[in-house]
Amino acid sequence: MASLFDHAIRLGDDALILGQRLSEWAGHAPMLEIDLALSNIGLDLIGQATHFLKLAGEEEGKGRDADALAFRRDVLDFRNCLLVEQPNGDFAQTIARQFLFSNWQELLMTEIAAAPAPALSAIGAKAVKEVAYHARYASEWVVRLGDGTEESRARMVAGLDSMWRFVDELFDPADGAASLRPAWDARIADTLHAASLDVPKPRRAVTGGRRGHHSEHLGHLLTEMQFLQRAYPGVTW
Amino acid sequence: MSKEWPLWEVFIRAKNGLAHKHAGSVHAADARMALEAARDTYTRRMEGVSLWVVPSVSITASDPGEAEALFAPAQDKVYRHPTFYTVPDGVKNI
Repeated sequence: MASLFDHAIRLGDDALILGQRLSEWAGHAPMLEIDLALSNIGLDLIGQATHFLKLAGEEEGKGRDADALAFRRDVLDFRNCLLVEQPNGDFAQTIARQFLFSNWQELLMTEIAAAPAPALSAIGAKAVKEVAYHARYASEWVVRLGDGTEESRARMVAGLDSMWRFVDELFDPADGAASLRPAWDARIADTLHAASLDVPKPRRAVTGGRRGHHSEHLGHLLTEMQFLQRAYPGVTW
Repeated sequence: MSKEWPLWEVFIRAKNGLAHKHAGSVHAADARMALEAARDTYTRRMEGVSLWVVPSVSITASDPGEAEALFAPAQDKVYRHPTFYTVPDGVKNI
Protein backbone atom coordinates (compact mmCIF):
# COMPACT_ATOMS: atom_id res chain seq x y z
CA MET A 1 0.00 0.00 0.00
CA ALA A 2 1.46 3.31 -1.04
CA SER A 3 1.91 5.87 1.72
CA LEU A 4 0.54 9.38 1.55
CA PHE A 5 4.09 10.56 0.84
CA ASP A 6 4.40 8.19 -2.15
CA HIS A 7 1.05 9.28 -3.44
CA ALA A 8 1.72 13.00 -3.07
CA ILE A 9 5.17 12.83 -4.62
CA ARG A 10 3.91 10.93 -7.67
CA LEU A 11 1.10 13.39 -8.25
CA GLY A 12 3.42 16.32 -7.64
CA ASP A 13 6.12 15.02 -9.98
CA ASP A 14 3.63 14.27 -12.76
CA ALA A 15 2.33 17.82 -12.60
CA LEU A 16 5.77 19.42 -12.20
CA ILE A 17 7.41 17.65 -15.12
CA LEU A 18 4.52 18.15 -17.52
CA GLY A 19 4.25 21.79 -16.44
CA GLN A 20 7.94 22.25 -17.20
CA ARG A 21 7.52 20.54 -20.58
CA LEU A 22 4.64 22.80 -21.54
CA SER A 23 6.57 25.89 -20.51
CA GLU A 24 9.08 25.00 -23.24
CA TRP A 25 6.43 26.06 -25.73
CA ALA A 26 6.39 29.64 -24.45
CA GLY A 27 7.40 31.85 -27.35
CA HIS A 28 7.47 28.92 -29.79
CA ALA A 29 3.84 27.92 -30.28
CA PRO A 30 2.37 28.26 -33.78
CA MET A 31 -0.04 31.02 -32.71
CA LEU A 32 -0.12 33.52 -29.86
CA GLU A 33 -3.40 32.00 -28.69
CA ILE A 34 -1.84 28.53 -28.44
CA ASP A 35 1.21 29.94 -26.72
CA LEU A 36 -1.03 31.38 -24.02
CA ALA A 37 -3.19 28.28 -23.74
CA LEU A 38 -0.22 25.92 -23.29
CA SER A 39 1.42 28.30 -20.81
CA ASN A 40 -1.82 28.51 -18.83
CA ILE A 41 -2.07 24.75 -18.65
CA GLY A 42 1.60 24.53 -17.65
CA LEU A 43 1.09 27.07 -14.89
CA ASP A 44 -1.98 25.23 -13.59
CA LEU A 45 0.12 22.09 -13.37
CA ILE A 46 3.02 23.81 -11.63
CA GLY A 47 0.52 25.21 -9.13
CA GLN A 48 -0.76 21.69 -8.45
CA ALA A 49 2.81 20.41 -8.15
CA THR A 50 3.54 23.05 -5.52
CA HIS A 51 0.63 21.84 -3.39
CA PHE A 52 1.38 18.13 -3.79
CA LEU A 53 5.10 18.49 -3.16
CA LYS A 54 4.51 20.71 -0.13
CA LEU A 55 2.28 17.98 1.27
CA ALA A 56 4.87 15.32 0.43
CA GLY A 57 7.54 17.33 2.23
CA GLU A 58 5.35 17.69 5.32
CA GLU A 59 4.56 13.98 5.31
CA GLU A 60 8.22 13.12 5.01
CA GLY A 61 9.06 15.33 7.98
CA LYS A 62 12.67 16.00 7.01
CA GLY A 63 12.22 19.71 6.47
CA ARG A 64 12.09 19.59 2.67
CA ASP A 65 9.64 22.05 1.17
CA ALA A 66 8.20 22.00 -2.36
CA ASP A 67 11.19 23.87 -3.79
CA ALA A 68 13.67 21.49 -2.19
CA LEU A 69 11.82 18.53 -3.68
CA ALA A 70 11.52 20.13 -7.10
CA PHE A 71 15.00 21.57 -7.47
CA ARG A 72 17.27 19.44 -5.32
CA ARG A 73 16.45 15.88 -6.24
CA ASP A 74 18.19 13.88 -8.95
CA VAL A 75 16.63 11.84 -11.75
CA LEU A 76 16.45 8.59 -9.80
CA ASP A 77 14.38 10.22 -7.06
CA PHE A 78 11.65 11.47 -9.37
CA ARG A 79 8.44 9.44 -9.37
CA ASN A 80 6.58 10.89 -12.35
CA CYS A 81 5.17 8.61 -15.04
CA LEU A 82 7.20 8.34 -18.24
CA LEU A 83 4.45 9.90 -20.33
CA VAL A 84 4.91 13.40 -18.91
CA GLU A 85 8.67 13.53 -19.51
CA GLN A 86 8.38 12.74 -23.22
CA PRO A 87 9.61 15.58 -25.43
CA ASN A 88 7.14 18.02 -26.92
CA GLY A 89 7.82 16.97 -30.52
CA ASP A 90 5.48 18.81 -32.84
CA PHE A 91 2.19 20.35 -31.75
CA ALA A 92 0.27 17.12 -32.43
CA GLN A 93 2.63 15.12 -30.23
CA THR A 94 2.24 17.64 -27.42
CA ILE A 95 -1.54 17.45 -27.81
CA ALA A 96 -1.46 13.64 -27.84
CA ARG A 97 0.49 13.58 -24.58
CA GLN A 98 -1.89 16.13 -23.03
CA PHE A 99 -4.96 14.29 -24.25
CA LEU A 100 -3.89 10.96 -22.76
CA PHE A 101 -2.63 12.51 -19.53
CA SER A 102 -5.36 15.07 -18.79
CA ASN A 103 -8.15 12.58 -19.33
CA TRP A 104 -6.45 10.28 -16.85
CA GLN A 105 -5.67 13.12 -14.45
CA GLU A 106 -9.26 14.36 -14.50
CA LEU A 107 -10.57 10.93 -13.49
CA LEU A 108 -7.87 10.62 -10.86
CA MET A 109 -8.42 14.09 -9.38
CA THR A 110 -12.17 13.44 -9.24
CA GLU A 111 -11.46 10.29 -7.25
CA ILE A 112 -8.93 12.03 -5.01
CA ALA A 113 -11.29 14.93 -4.36
CA ALA A 114 -13.72 12.40 -2.84
CA ALA A 115 -11.03 10.46 -0.97
CA PRO A 116 -10.83 10.26 2.81
CA ALA A 117 -7.38 11.91 3.16
CA PRO A 118 -8.39 15.54 3.73
CA ALA A 119 -5.05 17.12 2.75
CA LEU A 120 -5.00 15.28 -0.56
CA SER A 121 -8.68 15.73 -1.31
CA ALA A 122 -8.47 19.52 -0.89
CA ILE A 123 -5.79 19.70 -3.57
CA GLY A 124 -7.73 17.30 -5.77
CA ALA A 125 -10.90 19.36 -5.50
CA LYS A 126 -9.08 22.48 -6.67
CA ALA A 127 -7.20 20.67 -9.42
CA VAL A 128 -10.17 18.88 -10.91
CA LYS A 129 -11.66 22.10 -12.35
CA GLU A 130 -8.38 23.04 -13.96
CA VAL A 131 -7.77 19.59 -15.32
CA ALA A 132 -11.29 19.31 -16.75
CA TYR A 133 -10.41 22.26 -18.94
CA HIS A 134 -7.06 20.75 -19.95
CA ALA A 135 -8.81 17.55 -21.01
CA ARG A 136 -11.40 19.49 -22.94
CA TYR A 137 -8.79 21.64 -24.66
CA ALA A 138 -6.64 18.68 -25.69
CA SER A 139 -9.65 16.63 -26.81
CA GLU A 140 -10.90 19.48 -28.99
CA TRP A 141 -7.52 19.63 -30.68
CA VAL A 142 -7.38 15.87 -31.21
CA VAL A 143 -10.68 16.15 -33.08
CA ARG A 144 -9.56 19.11 -35.16
CA LEU A 145 -6.19 17.68 -36.09
CA GLY A 146 -7.52 14.15 -36.63
CA ASP A 147 -10.46 15.35 -38.67
CA GLY A 148 -8.50 18.16 -40.35
CA THR A 149 -6.15 18.04 -43.31
CA GLU A 150 -4.20 15.04 -44.53
CA GLU A 151 -1.08 16.40 -42.88
CA SER A 152 -2.69 17.25 -39.53
CA ARG A 153 -4.24 13.80 -39.44
CA ALA A 154 -0.92 12.07 -40.17
CA ARG A 155 0.77 14.10 -37.44
CA MET A 156 -1.99 13.34 -34.93
CA VAL A 157 -1.73 9.60 -35.67
CA ALA A 158 2.05 9.77 -35.29
CA GLY A 159 1.71 11.74 -32.06
CA LEU A 160 -0.67 9.20 -30.52
CA ASP A 161 1.55 6.35 -31.70
CA SER A 162 4.59 7.86 -30.05
CA MET A 163 2.81 8.27 -26.70
CA TRP A 164 0.73 5.12 -26.55
CA ARG A 165 3.51 2.94 -25.06
CA PHE A 166 3.40 5.03 -21.89
CA VAL A 167 -0.31 4.66 -21.20
CA ASP A 168 -0.28 1.37 -19.27
CA GLU A 169 1.96 2.85 -16.61
CA LEU A 170 -0.84 5.25 -15.64
CA PHE A 171 -2.98 2.29 -14.59
CA ASP A 172 -0.34 0.27 -12.78
CA PRO A 173 -2.16 -1.61 -10.00
CA ALA A 174 0.71 -0.72 -7.66
CA ASP A 175 -0.48 2.92 -7.75
CA GLY A 176 -4.12 2.09 -7.19
CA ALA A 177 -5.26 3.66 -10.45
CA ALA A 178 -6.18 0.45 -12.30
CA SER A 179 -9.89 0.98 -11.62
CA LEU A 180 -9.86 4.14 -13.75
CA ARG A 181 -9.00 2.27 -16.94
CA PRO A 182 -12.50 1.46 -18.25
CA ALA A 183 -13.70 5.06 -17.84
CA TRP A 184 -10.51 6.36 -19.43
CA ASP A 185 -10.75 3.91 -22.34
CA ALA A 186 -14.31 5.04 -22.99
CA ARG A 187 -13.39 8.74 -22.97
CA ILE A 188 -10.41 8.23 -25.27
CA ALA A 189 -12.45 6.07 -27.67
CA ASP A 190 -15.23 8.70 -27.81
CA THR A 191 -12.89 11.49 -28.77
CA LEU A 192 -10.91 9.41 -31.24
CA HIS A 193 -14.18 8.35 -32.83
CA ALA A 194 -15.21 12.00 -33.19
CA ALA A 195 -11.80 12.63 -34.75
CA SER A 196 -12.34 9.65 -37.10
CA LEU A 197 -9.16 8.12 -35.74
CA ASP A 198 -8.58 4.54 -34.64
CA VAL A 199 -7.61 3.69 -31.09
CA PRO A 200 -3.92 2.73 -31.38
CA LYS A 201 -3.21 -0.99 -31.22
CA PRO A 202 -2.03 -2.29 -27.85
CA ARG A 203 1.73 -2.42 -27.69
CA ARG A 204 4.37 -3.44 -25.23
CA ALA A 205 4.20 -1.05 -22.32
CA VAL A 206 7.22 0.91 -21.15
CA THR A 207 7.09 1.51 -17.42
CA GLY A 208 9.44 2.33 -14.56
CA GLY A 209 8.95 6.04 -13.91
CA ARG A 210 7.21 5.35 -10.59
CA ARG A 211 10.33 3.49 -9.45
CA GLY A 212 12.76 6.13 -10.67
CA HIS A 213 13.70 4.38 -13.91
CA HIS A 214 13.38 7.25 -16.35
CA SER A 215 14.20 7.87 -19.97
CA GLU A 216 17.19 10.04 -20.81
CA HIS A 217 14.80 12.91 -21.51
CA LEU A 218 14.14 13.58 -17.84
CA GLY A 219 17.80 14.30 -17.09
CA HIS A 220 17.93 16.94 -19.79
CA LEU A 221 14.71 18.49 -18.55
CA LEU A 222 16.01 18.64 -14.96
CA THR A 223 19.30 20.16 -16.12
CA GLU A 224 17.39 23.13 -17.41
CA MET A 225 14.76 23.29 -14.67
CA GLN A 226 17.22 22.94 -11.79
CA PHE A 227 20.08 24.99 -13.22
CA LEU A 228 19.60 28.06 -11.06
CA GLN A 229 19.32 26.21 -7.75
CA ARG A 230 22.32 24.06 -8.60
CA ALA A 231 24.50 26.96 -9.72
CA TYR A 232 23.42 29.23 -6.86
CA PRO A 233 22.14 26.98 -4.05
CA GLY A 234 19.43 28.60 -1.94
CA VAL A 235 19.20 31.71 -4.10
CA THR A 236 15.96 33.68 -3.83
CA TRP A 237 14.69 36.77 -5.63
CA MET B 1 -7.57 29.40 -48.86
CA SER B 2 -5.85 31.68 -46.38
CA LYS B 3 -3.48 29.98 -43.96
CA GLU B 4 -4.32 32.51 -41.26
CA TRP B 5 -7.14 31.61 -38.95
CA PRO B 6 -10.09 33.99 -39.00
CA LEU B 7 -10.37 36.74 -36.43
CA TRP B 8 -13.04 36.77 -33.71
CA GLU B 9 -14.12 39.67 -31.53
CA VAL B 10 -14.37 38.83 -27.84
CA PHE B 11 -16.98 40.21 -25.45
CA ILE B 12 -16.87 39.62 -21.71
CA ARG B 13 -19.59 39.96 -19.09
CA ALA B 14 -17.77 41.01 -15.94
CA LYS B 15 -20.57 39.87 -13.66
CA ASN B 16 -24.19 38.91 -13.82
CA GLY B 17 -26.44 41.85 -14.61
CA LEU B 18 -23.82 43.76 -16.58
CA ALA B 19 -23.64 43.86 -20.36
CA HIS B 20 -20.99 42.05 -22.35
CA LYS B 21 -18.20 44.45 -23.21
CA HIS B 22 -15.72 44.28 -26.02
CA ALA B 23 -12.37 43.04 -24.72
CA GLY B 24 -10.28 42.38 -27.82
CA SER B 25 -9.89 39.75 -30.48
CA VAL B 26 -8.41 36.30 -31.03
CA HIS B 27 -7.51 34.10 -33.99
CA ALA B 28 -9.20 30.71 -34.09
CA ALA B 29 -10.24 28.10 -36.62
CA ASP B 30 -13.84 27.88 -35.42
CA ALA B 31 -16.26 29.25 -32.84
CA ARG B 32 -15.58 26.67 -30.16
CA MET B 33 -11.83 27.17 -30.38
CA ALA B 34 -12.38 30.93 -30.39
CA LEU B 35 -14.17 30.60 -27.05
CA GLU B 36 -11.24 28.66 -25.63
CA ALA B 37 -8.70 31.13 -26.99
CA ALA B 38 -10.77 33.99 -25.52
CA ARG B 39 -10.94 32.22 -22.17
CA ASP B 40 -7.17 31.75 -22.14
CA THR B 41 -6.37 35.24 -23.39
CA TYR B 42 -8.87 37.46 -21.62
CA THR B 43 -10.22 35.76 -18.49
CA ARG B 44 -7.02 34.66 -16.76
CA ARG B 45 -7.47 37.22 -13.99
CA MET B 46 -11.14 36.63 -13.18
CA GLU B 47 -12.32 39.22 -15.67
CA GLY B 48 -15.61 37.57 -16.44
CA VAL B 49 -18.45 35.12 -15.96
CA SER B 50 -19.57 34.86 -19.56
CA LEU B 51 -17.99 35.13 -23.00
CA TRP B 52 -19.25 35.91 -26.48
CA VAL B 53 -17.20 35.49 -29.62
CA VAL B 54 -18.34 36.95 -32.93
CA PRO B 55 -16.61 36.54 -36.30
CA SER B 56 -14.94 39.88 -36.94
CA VAL B 57 -16.21 39.84 -40.54
CA SER B 58 -19.77 39.98 -39.16
CA ILE B 59 -19.17 43.42 -37.73
CA THR B 60 -20.09 46.37 -39.88
CA ALA B 61 -18.17 49.44 -38.80
CA SER B 62 -18.96 53.07 -39.41
CA ASP B 63 -16.72 54.79 -41.92
CA PRO B 64 -14.18 57.11 -40.26
CA GLY B 65 -14.59 59.37 -43.31
CA GLU B 66 -18.20 59.91 -42.32
CA ALA B 67 -17.41 60.67 -38.70
CA GLU B 68 -18.14 64.38 -39.17
CA ALA B 69 -21.56 63.78 -40.57
CA LEU B 70 -22.41 61.06 -38.09
CA PHE B 71 -21.11 62.43 -34.82
CA ALA B 72 -20.32 66.13 -35.06
CA PRO B 73 -23.95 67.29 -35.11
CA ALA B 74 -24.38 65.99 -31.55
CA GLN B 75 -21.63 68.23 -30.22
CA ASP B 76 -23.65 71.44 -29.77
CA LYS B 77 -26.81 69.80 -28.46
CA VAL B 78 -26.08 69.77 -24.78
CA TYR B 79 -29.81 70.00 -24.08
CA ARG B 80 -29.97 66.32 -24.91
CA HIS B 81 -28.25 65.60 -21.64
CA PRO B 82 -30.74 65.45 -18.78
CA THR B 83 -28.73 67.93 -16.74
CA PHE B 84 -31.18 70.81 -16.80
CA TYR B 85 -33.71 69.26 -14.47
CA THR B 86 -33.74 70.10 -10.81
CA VAL B 87 -33.85 66.86 -8.87
CA PRO B 88 -36.02 67.09 -5.74
CA ASP B 89 -34.12 66.34 -2.54
CA GLY B 90 -36.25 63.32 -1.68
CA VAL B 91 -35.54 61.44 -4.88
CA LYS B 92 -33.06 58.62 -4.63
CA ASN B 93 -31.50 56.38 -7.25
CA ILE B 94 -31.03 58.86 -10.05
